[in-house]
Amino acid sequence: MNLTRRHLLILLPAAAIAWKHVLAGTPEASPNYTMSQHWWGMLIDLPRCIGCGNCVRACQAENDVPDGYFRTWVERYHVTDYDIENPHVDSPDGGKKGFPLSKEEGGKNFFVPKLCNHCADSPCTQVCPVGATFISPDGVVLVDKTYCLGCRYCVQACPYGCRFIHPKTMTAEKCTLCYHRITKGLTTACCEACPTGARQLADLKNPNDPIHEFLKTHSVQVLKPYMATHSKVFYNGLDGSVR
Amino acid sequence: MNAFKNAGHLFRVAAVFVVGGLAFVGVRALLVPTSFGQYGHYRGNAIAEIAARPVNYAGHQACEDCHTDVLEKKKSGRHAHVNCEACHGPQAKHADDPGSVQPAKLDTAVLCVRCHEANIAKPKGFPQVASADHSNGLACDTCHQPHSPAIDTGETAGVAAQETTGGTK
Repeated sequence: MNLTRRHLLILLPAAAIAWKHVLAGTPEASPNYTMSQHWWGMLIDLPRCIGCGNCVRACQAENDVPDGYFRTWVERYHVTDYDIENPHVDSPDGGKKGFPLSKEEGGKNFFVPKLCNHCADSPCTQVCPVGATFISPDGVVLVDKTYCLGCRYCVQACPYGCRFIHPKTMTAEKCTLCYHRITKGLTTACCEACPTGARQLADLKNPNDPIHEFLKTHSVQVLKPYMATHSKVFYNGLDGSVR
Repeated sequence: MNAFKNAGHLFRVAAVFVVGGLAFVGVRALLVPTSFGQYGHYRGNAIAEIAARPVNYAGHQACEDCHTDVLEKKKSGRHAHVNCEACHGPQAKHADDPGSVQPAKLDTAVLCVRCHEANIAKPKGFPQVASADHSNGLACDTCHQPHSPAIDTGETAGVAAQETTGGTK
């Protein structure tokens, strides 16, 4: 093609307008949703968890999580009476297919579902060199995959092991707290699929959310409080042996 | 003015810096997305893009709008608090177009044991069975109706009561 200076000068403004359009991105998806009115978290009621793996399967179906990677998973703890500091933990395929019968007898046995803790002071967002991961104004830690370089800083920084690099896009992936659902008034896929109510989405800014009554009346903990991440995933009945 | 007599080279360096600075500002304005910095050190529009993903699980509200008969059956049973899609899987496509997209028929032999197979780590009060010797290979729904699973006929009432209190240990 024979591109003269005249043609180039005509093309440039058109290209600039098109580029502007690309940069502007898509418009607001949920017009009835106001970010400043929410502050999301989750309640995990451990005595209710039966380790069925419904949450893991639901998460994979909802979010196209590749096989062998997990945005949420379930761990099984076996704590012997005399060795509370060294629990045996297993999570075959993230608990997606349930759990085989325990080999060990006796002791204390229970399940612990895990997911991104959507920390208010998250180490993962602080280490991102390009501003690809951030906490949204409504308290959800998200990844902008068009901006992510795949440098893995955040994967290393997360004290809970909740991030991974997607094998196809090679960008950081994590639980979005089903942001595409909660902004439409639905609960997360894992909470929707949980048969016992062990997982409950919580809006800490909504005064009518049952979470407030629950937090007042139960001994609730977060994972690794000494990391000072201000986790917003609250565990009821959490055993001291859980890492 | 004499001081600047031989200072042409300084002006040329200054000009290079000015042009370079302007080029930097111009290119930066062009390359940084407009919504970057809208809420913080990230692209504000990313939030709307993530929120725009399609939904796969329709939510129990959508199911209950049409399937009021099942809701009625479930309401009095032990599965009242179990959401539809916990067993039936993601049904947003069916909810959008109930005519042409039909949910798959479920296999109770696979589904029931996901929750009710006995496991030492499960809460003690949760009804559990060792499926191998519980039903002699009969499908679960021969005796239990999944939407209201308790068996309430006279002769099997004892068995049902034992199961619902977490029998086989």
